[in-house]
Amino acid sequence: MPKSKKLSYIINVIGILVLFIGLYGLFQSNVLGTRTSYIKGIFTTACYTIILVTSLNLLVGFMGEFSLGHAGFMSVGAYASAILTNSLYDYGMPKLLLFIIALLVGGAAAACMGVLVGIPALRLRGDYLAIVTVAFAEIIRVAFCNFAVTGSGRTMSGIAKLSDFYWCYWAMVICVAVMYMYTRSRFGRTVIAIREDYIAASASGINVTYYKVLNFTISAFFAGIGGAMYAHYMTAMIPTNFNFMYSAEMLTEVIIGGTGSLTGSIIGAAFLSALPEAMRQFSIYRILAYSVVLVLVMIFKPGGIFGTWEFSLTRLIGKVAAFIKAPHARKGGNAYE
Amino acid sequence: MSLFIQSIINGLNQGAIYALIALGYTMVYGIIRMINFAHGDFIMVGAYSLFYTVPLMINYGMPAWMAVIIAIAVCVTVGVAVEIIAYRPVRGAGSMSALITALAMSLFLENLAMVLFGANPKSVPAIFTLPSIEVLGAKLQWKYLLTISIGIIMMVGLQLFVKKTKLGKAMRAVPQDKEASTLMGINVNKIITTTFAIGSGLAAVAALMYCSTYPRCTTDMGSMMGLKAFIAAVLGGIGSIPGAMVGGIIVGLVEIFVKVYIAPGWYEAITYSLLIFVLLIKPTGIMGKNAGEKV
Repeated sequence: MPKSKKLSYIINVIGILVLFIGLYGLFQSNVLGTRTSYIKGIFTTACYTIILVTSLNLLVGFMGEFSLGHAGFMSVGAYASAILTNSLYDYGMPKLLLFIIALLVGGAAAACMGVLVGIPALRLRGDYLAIVTVAFAEIIRVAFCNFAVTGSGRTMSGIAKLSDFYWCYWAMVICVAVMYMYTRSRFGRTVIAIREDYIAASASGINVTYYKVLNFTISAFFAGIGGAMYAHYMTAMIPTNFNFMYSAEMLTEVIIGGTGSLTGSIIGAAFLSALPEAMRQFSIYRILAYSVVLVLVMIFKPGGIFGTWEFSLTRLIGKVAAFIKAPHARKGGNAYE
Repeated sequence: MSLFIQSIINGLNQGAIYALIALGYTMVYGIIRMINFAHGDFIMVGAYSLFYTVPLMINYGMPAWMAVIIAIAVCVTVGVAVEIIAYRPVRGAGSMSALITALAMSLFLENLAMVLFGANPKSVPAIFTLPSIEVLGAKLQWKYLLTISIGIIMMVGLQLFVKKTKLGKAMRAVPQDKEASTLMGINVNKIITTTFAIGSGLAAVAALMYCSTYPRCTTDMGSMMGLKAFIAAVLGGIGSIPGAMVGGIIVGLVEIFVKVYIAPGWYEAITYSLLIFVLLIKPTGIMGKNAGEKV
């Protein structure tokens, strides 16, 4: 590994740690008083929303195909993990272990569903794929409304409350890091090649269907993890929560943030999950505002607000360092890029 | 036996409503190759305008169905406004942008209705007071026959319009080749706007039919109806007018029969599976033509 890359990894890890310690201090010192747990709740919401939105961005941004059924995968993860933890809860396992098992099981269940949906659905492209994913998500929803184990259409409550903010934070960091590395890996770059021109890609010997299904499955896996976090944070859920509207909302966040930019998805998701809490009295105008913003973004900046730009802590530090060294230099040296 | 006949009648009625909505999808998809997600919400707009205009008509002593004229006007205005404000600027930007914009407009209309009319369902006053007759033990309501016949009249009318008139011919020319049709003196923007006007007008008629069967309107009625009608359009072959009719009837019948005979809780899942099945076997639908993909 080149030295500069190693350094950038270390810098990023330090950055994440600093953010964590900052939030930890904020919540433990109780500076905010009675509002602490409320704000902590918003941050937990932001954690799973970030995972969901970035995982959807793997499809929309990096594969260039729509999925309007992401809530379906999320619900598979949520229900699978909730059913599992309900049956394991009495064995006295440490809660952290249980949380990790729940996330993995949720992810695995959603990934299986992703393969099942992906193989037939990815034969279609564009508009048709979008509709088929809606159809699959609706089928999943109807199925969960009818199975006895998922509550037969009633609220499933009494799920163990495992989604502690600190655990969720690290789960989120790991998921996003893995997704980031995936998009830069050989597999991710192949998927981007397919997005750019699938005919040329398949002519260069890429098995288009295989990579598409792989990408779809990975996306579903992370959606399942997000769902598992959701289930263990909310502790009660009903299949109708995971409807078309919820999928559309996630897609909105991806598009507004920027297709092809994980930074955009993260900032978009964090901002948009804090927004409804911040302006609770205007909650009915929220989606209205989203849709207006969405149309405006589509008209004026079709790539989303961040486009394909990615935030890099290393680059930022490099720029700051160059600025301190020579404040009047016209060009900032990108020391560690 | 009477249950069977009753199911067929109900299914045909349901199917005719879906077919009317599917006609709108097909018209728009046929001309600009774009799924107008907001089309379902035009029906919601129509239903809400009926909610306000039906009592008005009754007050003035006119037949209640005359309210549909105002509803058509409202829907056409909304449809054309959506097309000009939102869809036209993104028309050149590719199918992804168009799809997102359509989705955004759907969300917008739904939530605007939520803000304007509140989340509670509204009940629309009775539009037709027609008797019902007994056929082999099944109750046959005249309004069902009316729905089915209006559906057929609309389809035949639309088909004649598209095939015979100059405007219809222009409509068929635009999706074939935009530049060439501009050279032939066709105002592409005007044709697309007209298509939207016709599509949303049909949505108002569909709203009338829907409200006469289920006399209530909710802000989210459009998205579910829209999805079902979209399935109908795809099933029949999107872009084909008779296809929309056939698809609508199939979806309606399947839905009612599954509800009555197989598993009441699963009817939506079965409808969606039907869509997936058809798309995988024959992506162009029952009556669609294979366009082929350009490299």
